[in-house]
Amino acid sequence: MALPELHRFTLPNGLRVVLAPDTSAPVVGVSVHYDVGFRSEPEGRTGFAHLFEHLMFQGSESLEKLAHFRHVQSSGGTFNGSTHPDYTDYYEVLPSAALERALFLEADRMRAPKITQENLNNQIDVVKEEIRLNVLNRPYGGFPWILLPPVLFKTFPNAHNGYGDFTDLENATVEDCAAFFDTYYAPGNAVLTVAGDFTVEGATALVEKHFGDVPARTVPPRPSFAEEPPKGEVRSEHTDPHAPFPAVAIGYRVPDPVAELDAYLAYLVLAGVLTDGDGSRLQQRLVHRDAIVTDINAGCGLFGPLEARDPDSFTITAIHAPDVPVERVVAALDEELQLLAEQPPTAEELAKVTARWASTMHREHDRLTNRTLGLGSAELLFGRAELIHELPERIAAVTVDEVAAAAKALRPDSRAILIVNPANAGGTE
Amino acid sequence: MTTQSPTLDSAGRSAHRSAEDIGRTEQGPRPLPELSEQRAPADLSTVDTTIANGLRVVAVRRASVPMVEVRLRVPFADPAPSSVGSQHSAWGEVLANTILTGTATRDRVAIDTELALVGSELDAVVDPERLSISGSVLAAGLGTVLDVVRDVLTGATYPADEVDRERDRLVERIALARSQPNVIAREALQKHLYGDHPFAKEMPEADEVARVTRDEVAALHARAVLPKGSVLVLVGDIDPDTIVGTVESVLGSWTGEGTAVTISPLPQVTPGDVLLVHRPGAVQSQIRLAARALERTDPKYPALQLANLVYGGFFSSRLVENIREDKGYTYSARSHPEFTPHGATLMVDADTASDVTAAALLETRYELARLGLVPPSEEEVEVARRYAIGSLLTATSSQGGLASFLVSLAGLGLDLDWFVAHPERLEKVTVEEVAAAALEFFAPTAFTGVLVGDADKLAPQLKALGGVKLP
Repeated sequence: MALPELHRFTLPNGLRVVLAPDTSAPVVGVSVHYDVGFRSEPEGRTGFAHLFEHLMFQGSESLEKLAHFRHVQSSGGTFNGSTHPDYTDYYEVLPSAALERALFLEADRMRAPKITQENLNNQIDVVKEEIRLNVLNRPYGGFPWILLPPVLFKTFPNAHNGYGDFTDLENATVEDCAAFFDTYYAPGNAVLTVAGDFTVEGATALVEKHFGDVPARTVPPRPSFAEEPPKGEVRSEHTDPHAPFPAVAIGYRVPDPVAELDAYLAYLVLAGVLTDGDGSRLQQRLVHRDAIVTDINAGCGLFGPLEARDPDSFTITAIHAPDVPVERVVAALDEELQLLAEQPPTAEELAKVTARWASTMHREHDRLTNRTLGLGSAELLFGRAELIHELPERIAAVTVDEVAAAAKALRPDSRAILIVNPANAGGTE
Repeated sequence: MTTQSPTLDSAGRSAHRSAEDIGRTEQGPRPLPELSEQRAPADLSTVDTTIANGLRVVAVRRASVPMVEVRLRVPFADPAPSSVGSQHSAWGEVLANTILTGTATRDRVAIDTELALVGSELDAVVDPERLSISGSVLAAGLGTVLDVVRDVLTGATYPADEVDRERDRLVERIALARSQPNVIAREALQKHLYGDHPFAKEMPEADEVARVTRDEVAALHARAVLPKGSVLVLVGDIDPDTIVGTVESVLGSWTGEGTAVTISPLPQVTPGDVLLVHRPGAVQSQIRLAARALERTDPKYPALQLANLVYGGFFSSRLVENIREDKGYTYSARSHPEFTPHGATLMVDADTASDVTAAALLETRYELARLGLVPPSEEEVEVARRYAIGSLLTATSSQGGLASFLVSLAGLGLDLDWFVAHPERLEKVTVEEVAAAALEFFAPTAFTGVLVGDADKLAPQLKALGGVKLP
């Protein structure tokens, strides 16, 4: 299959634009990725980047509160936003007749969002409900994405809870919002992506019409969040009031995904060799042969691979029976990693992983929401939207020796182990 | 265009404008652009036929990516009138978890390996209505997937060691699922609505699973995994005409006596008090209300669909705008119809902090009453109508979305023609019809439900509110 068509340009105000036309269905996706995520929020304001994301839906100069949702939905579209460690995205997917409307909506809030005390108070309540739903009131809430970073990392940007604690959320002010917007939501700090059913000339004209007069502002220098990998094995325990079984997350550091992409991809393939499917190493060993875990997963990134800049992580999580000591799970993992380090995986093991990745990438591409967001985040983080089309080939190019080297680099003397104990089972091991 | 260069404050951050200044420009508010002309979706090349063994095959060409989505649904209901004393649910769960673990020529790892090498994954799950085998594959590997499906349908061996291990694992997974508040609420609601009807039993009990033997699972497969009444949907980079022949030649060997068992009609939902289910230590409550709704084929269904959207069926609904965007009681509130082969149920869900649960229930009921008494305006109906028509387009624009939608329609006895004609049905609905549906189906007195939360915290307010049965 020929690589899909891709066009890019930059407006005078610094907004980077990616156009990916595809007329196979009469629908269109629009997204804006801002180069700020929860790693950039200040101390004392944990959860602020996410709270601010909510506020961007609360109205702008031309749009009363609730109007954004109504205009998207009355055009037959869907919308959402999400906050990641290094970026925040917003999108609409709609029938293609609504392309100009979607661009108008995104431009209006990039130009002049209306931030009020009333809406801030309301969204603090909504975000607290979101945290109750996803973290506080359910088993394994925040496992491992909130619980592991403070064990694996030392510095505030990398270690803190991106959902935020309630006190910090309640302390957020309209002033904070204004400062955050002016600092980080400049057009030069964003990528606009349009994918789907349109002509390049038509979409270019509409982008210029709606975003052209968003005033340029200074773009802050992007800070480095680099920090040393853990020295030794760092452990922490967490008591979960709702969990029925113990769980463990083991976190390692991986190469910088932007500077050393191919090295990073070796870890992605390693994750597949370890836990993707019944034939994978850890599924066979821990789930079926030793039968000591209920489920086990491995992967790059706490939100998925290629979702963050350096420093990024490789994580293995497992839920196990209370009578299985966590040491047994960790020891079995270490044995399997050592086996892989000494004797590289077979070509067939890699072929399985690369074929499933090819298939996964095709399916992502076929869902317009995922395609639009994938192009935008690849452009923002890697400067290359086309990366999402190149990944299957680059993953297929990873060698068995590179996977063995990645397994060898997951060392017991530089990792984080988070142990989750059910409150009702009590005690530690 | 020039770049504004703000000065830095003492903390090194750029000095910023006030929120008021950020929210306005010299030009002022701008008009919303009109929609342009909507291009119609291309006609789908499709075949919908029943092959000799009784299996219905729906094949649709959509070659956007070189993949094929595969959805097999076998009606798989408990033939017993009551779930009390029935092992069907436990047998079914073990069957779904072991059907892909062995045949005469393939073991668990061989099946996974063959599928992986063609970029495929297959998943087997069971619910009170059906057994589903779903997955996707690189188009070139469809033959491999069909052959694996044939092999497990006609010759799954249920190896004893696999059954033993999966049975133990299933007990753990059930305990994990039952620790989730939404699962606790769902089980309580279904039990409250339908009692011992097999439809209410979405998960077996641990002791029932522990008793399951390999022979019982194999026997269930022999009598219940039947082609007649089942449907296979294939959507993707295929030629529908030739693929049906391929399916016939591969899956023709799947045979069996009789027809796959469809769930029996459900008892009518009886309106009544909301049952409070105690979950000690909960910091949030699950409000789950239910009432009778209409089947998709009912002439009044399109009006009910729009009335539901206006109530809580999408973000721009009265319920979400009230209890989320105005009052901040919830992150997630919604209403939706749930379809079964003989009827439909209207569901209203909201998760809300303990201290505002009673108030959220009050508002939820208020909006139900208001929908009938102050019916949706012309504008509200129009927003809902455009959303219903447009979201049908976006939701089915991917292979996976279209395949899942078609297989759920097929389970209700509907086909692609229903789907293609639905936008026109929605266009014809009048504001009066929506008002009538609102009054008939959304009356608070038509509802019952459950509320899961910490009864110690909730009881005083709920008692004052009324219409709640306390533990």
